[in-house]
Amino acid sequence: MAALQERPVGFFTDTSICIGCKACEVACKEWNQLEGNAPHFTADSFDNTGQLDAQNWRHVQFIEKIPDNKGTIGTPIAGGQAWLMMSDVCKHCQQASCLEVCPTNAIVRTEFDTVFIQQDVCNGCRDCIAACPYGVIGFNEKTGTVHKCTMCYDRLQNGLQPACAKACPTESIKFGYLDDLHAAADTRLATLQKQGFAQAQLYGRDTSAYGGLNAFFLLMDKPETFGLPNAANATLPSRNNVPGYLGGAVTAVLGLLAGVLAFRSSRMSGEQR
Amino acid sequence: MTNHWRDIKNADVILINGANPAEAHPVGFRWFMRAKLDPARGPGSGGGAKIIHADPRFSRTSANADQYLRIRPGTDVAYFGGLINYVLQNKLFHDAYVKNYTNASWIVKQGYDFTDGLFSGYNAQTRSYDVSTWNYETEGDPLPGPAGTTQAKAKRDMTLQDPRSVFQLLKKHYSRYTADVVSSITGIPILEFESVARTVGEMGKPDKVMTIVYAVGLTHHTTGVQLIRSAALLQLLLGNMGRPGGGMNAERGHANIQGNTDHAISWEILPGYLKIPAPGQKDLDDYVAVSAPKKSDPHSWNFFGTNYRNFMVSLLKTWYGDKATKDNEFAFHYVPKPATNSSWISIYDQALRGKMEGVILSGMTATSIGPDSNQVLQALSNLKWLVVMDAFPTTSSEFWRAPGMDASKIQTEVFMLPCTHWIEKDGSFVNSGRWSQWKEQVIPPQGDARHDHWILADLYSRVKKLYQQQSGKFPDPIMALTLDYKDPLKPTADEIAQEINGKDLATGKQMTSFALLKADGTTTAGDWIYTGSYTPDGNLMKRRNGIQDPAKNDPTGMGFYAGWAWSWPLNRRVLYNRASADLDGKPWDPKRPGIQWNGTTWTGDVPDYPPTMNPKDPAAWLPFIMTGEGTGRLFSKDLLDGPIPEHYEPIESPVDNVLHPKQATDPVAFLYDQAAGRPNRFGTVADYPYVATTYRLTEHEHYVTQNVPLLVGLQPQAFVELPEELAGEKGIKNGDRVRVFSKRGKLEVSALVTKRFGPMTIAGKKVYTIGIPIHWGFIGIAAERDPDLSKYWVANALTPFVGDANSRTPEFKAFLVNVERIG
Repeated sequence: MAALQERPVGFFTDTSICIGCKACEVACKEWNQLEGNAPHFTADSFDNTGQLDAQNWRHVQFIEKIPDNKGTIGTPIAGGQAWLMMSDVCKHCQQASCLEVCPTNAIVRTEFDTVFIQQDVCNGCRDCIAACPYGVIGFNEKTGTVHKCTMCYDRLQNGLQPACAKACPTESIKFGYLDDLHAAADTRLATLQKQGFAQAQLYGRDTSAYGGLNAFFLLMDKPETFGLPNAANATLPSRNNVPGYLGGAVTAVLGLLAGVLAFRSSRMSGEQR
Repeated sequence: MTNHWRDIKNADVILINGANPAEAHPVGFRWFMRAKLDPARGPGSGGGAKIIHADPRFSRTSANADQYLRIRPGTDVAYFGGLINYVLQNKLFHDAYVKNYTNASWIVKQGYDFTDGLFSGYNAQTRSYDVSTWNYETEGDPLPGPAGTTQAKAKRDMTLQDPRSVFQLLKKHYSRYTADVVSSITGIPILEFESVARTVGEMGKPDKVMTIVYAVGLTHHTTGVQLIRSAALLQLLLGNMGRPGGGMNAERGHANIQGNTDHAISWEILPGYLKIPAPGQKDLDDYVAVSAPKKSDPHSWNFFGTNYRNFMVSLLKTWYGDKATKDNEFAFHYVPKPATNSSWISIYDQALRGKMEGVILSGMTATSIGPDSNQVLQALSNLKWLVVMDAFPTTSSEFWRAPGMDASKIQTEVFMLPCTHWIEKDGSFVNSGRWSQWKEQVIPPQGDARHDHWILADLYSRVKKLYQQQSGKFPDPIMALTLDYKDPLKPTADEIAQEINGKDLATGKQMTSFALLKADGTTTAGDWIYTGSYTPDGNLMKRRNGIQDPAKNDPTGMGFYAGWAWSWPLNRRVLYNRASADLDGKPWDPKRPGIQWNGTTWTGDVPDYPPTMNPKDPAAWLPFIMTGEGTGRLFSKDLLDGPIPEHYEPIESPVDNVLHPKQATDPVAFLYDQAAGRPNRFGTVADYPYVATTYRLTEHEHYVTQNVPLLVGLQPQAFVELPEELAGEKGIKNGDRVRVFSKRGKLEVSALVTKRFGPMTIAGKKVYTIGIPIHWGFIGIAAERDPDLSKYWVANALTPFVGDANSRTPEFKAFLVNVERIG
């Protein structure tokens, strides 16, 4: 691969062709030398990884939506909808909460437009863990710092694609320049919709989720199914949430009034006593 | 595979049975996805190839299929039989192909019959068939056979109307497989079956093509061979054999299991699928007369039969060198002629009977891999010695630690020889698509590990020394063996590859084709199907002319990539590819050519046919050059359990056989315990009401991945998959510990409760299937974390000690169990 241009890059994770093989999880751990957490049987479908954290930078979710008691599961229930598999990862948000709250400026945006935690600057305050709306970041007791997907920054700097995308056998995880990925995603979505998969949708392709996600997804169900905030909730308070502030102000006024009323009514009932 | 992985992208329909490619072959599965995403593929008006998956469990393959059919384990003959019936009744078969490229027109011998579940010639006492009526009527002058012999010419009826023609017999045989019957056997609802039949029925058109993909889900049954044959029959009727995007494609287990088979890992063959000689065969004439296919039509080339002797003599010359001469029949008398079946289960059956002194296990663990592991453990205890050659400790190298074993009472002496893992050596991998790809050593051998072939070479040299010093009963075969390597104790993979290819003894040059092998002792070939892989041009398995330049490396665009590695035979990418073109040599589908006749030569893939044989020449050979008939075989006279596939229930089944209740199971399936005078231990539905089936998961490769920490993290412990409804009835919650038990043994594992397994209605009766991933044992990272928890983790503790009549493959995929919650 030729050297990467300093242009926004990202992941387009097409969950409609994910086979849940977890090659992304293993390739990520191998390249980034992550040990993984202690083995733990979760009895949650085929997911024994559990969540994204300091040791897991890719996490394949398995969501079973098999209909009851059917001898067969025919079109259109098969074809990527009865057993959903989704390789989750840091979204590299345009409006990244982690980057906003980091007090030491350890979290930066790179020349490739990805969100990167500088290990030598991180002081382990964990504010970013609380701030991340996707629960991506984890704390490592050994290093005393926080970790998450770097989009294989070291590989990018050397003109290589991230390990997960390289390992993905079905090209469900695509890496590339963001505008190319957007075009590919639009084409794929149009095809699926033409085939009658009305619920197929892109998540993070436009600016509705945290100003747009450099790691965006094609989902075969609504975002909430995968534990992702929907467009109404995926907004950063500091910049975009004028209605939120207004709502808060209204609530405060109402609360004040309610308090006054309650105080009065209690005083009145006291008087009555 | 008749075809290869990349070729699956060429299919319109991908029919998957007894296989789970998304989990077992995730890298190969990219080609399924490419076909699915390709708008130029698919039945009807196109829009992507259609994937149809029939499987007892909804797997990661089903999740990506267009249609999923929940099928009861072991009933795929009924499914394919139903599809065959649909295609025949509705005349959807490829007419010209069936007439000219299959044995549909051959007339079957008087006396052949099929009634009440039995073919003609059955002997209940011996549980075997006299197969003499499973043959053709003959007529006219005999055809010339190998030197000094003649062969009978079969009678044919090109109109296919003769009631004794293969075609009519086939039609009659499968007329019983109506949608109703198929549904009541398989559990697939009638409407679903009919919708699949309609899709499949379209694939008989010349411009459509379907691939059938299968794996051990078809093989691991007492009816395994017939399960696979039933699918192959469907492909022949649809005219899909030999074509890009078509074929019968077996996904092989390990990276090199295809290479294993090619080089005779199985007892009944020599390298290159030559038959093992049998007692009574005194010379090569005897051997070839019994073993080589015989021509039954004047237009059959019968290439295999014609060259059988050349291949065998070249093999003997490879093994015995100068000691193999014309005068001693090229040392044919050195080759063992086993009097009894020596297949996998037979070895442990013999050990159980105390007839086996020692066993060497190389790269496999008997305890985990075979059926009825408790019985296998007893067999291992009966040995004097056991040698385990492996990269890691296994359930066999430490079999005395198995639950229920009393180490103080076991006399078996066990030798553990640490061997290199494949990353520690160079050599070749042969993938499912028959590509032999050379690989380099990644890291040097760790610790005391030695290469398996070095251990065997060392062992051989010591045995030879003992014979030299002490003589023995029959030292000749040992003394005569040639080990023509620079260091006979340390042969290199490169030297072995050259030896396998073979050479011309007069010139010393590497052979370029097996067509040049001779029976006069002037050529060698360690495995004739690999002749051409290592020529005077070097090791062709190292070639890597791939997608760097598709225009140059894949000029037809069909994905043959002739300059990528080397594919047996003769670098051919699609077997039987003469059948991809019509009688005149034009491709059935011009958009998907295999080979085509350009007036002077065949172009495209490496032709499975004489390269310059004009198809319009009246003397041109029939298309299937390897069979005696010269055609694909809808009717086979070479099997032990029937010339036409028939549905039989698994040995342990929850229901009757609706086709013939008096003959529920395969009448010649091999019941080892019964044959040895031990009681059969089969469970009945009253005590063991649930069907169980075993399989592996993406996270696992056989047993070696028990030693890979990251993969153990992904699937940390043994579990069984239980249908939600059954779990409810049994009071079992997701994650509970459960005991699953059969007539032979038990498992104690966690329960994964899921709707991916569900009840089926079989002939009005509710049938549950329990899924048992096979991987874990009492050895390995996960087991050693908690030895108490992992005591009963060997899945094969449950499976029956029975085998397919032809192959003796065990029935891992369908047996009866019960289940209960622990505590």
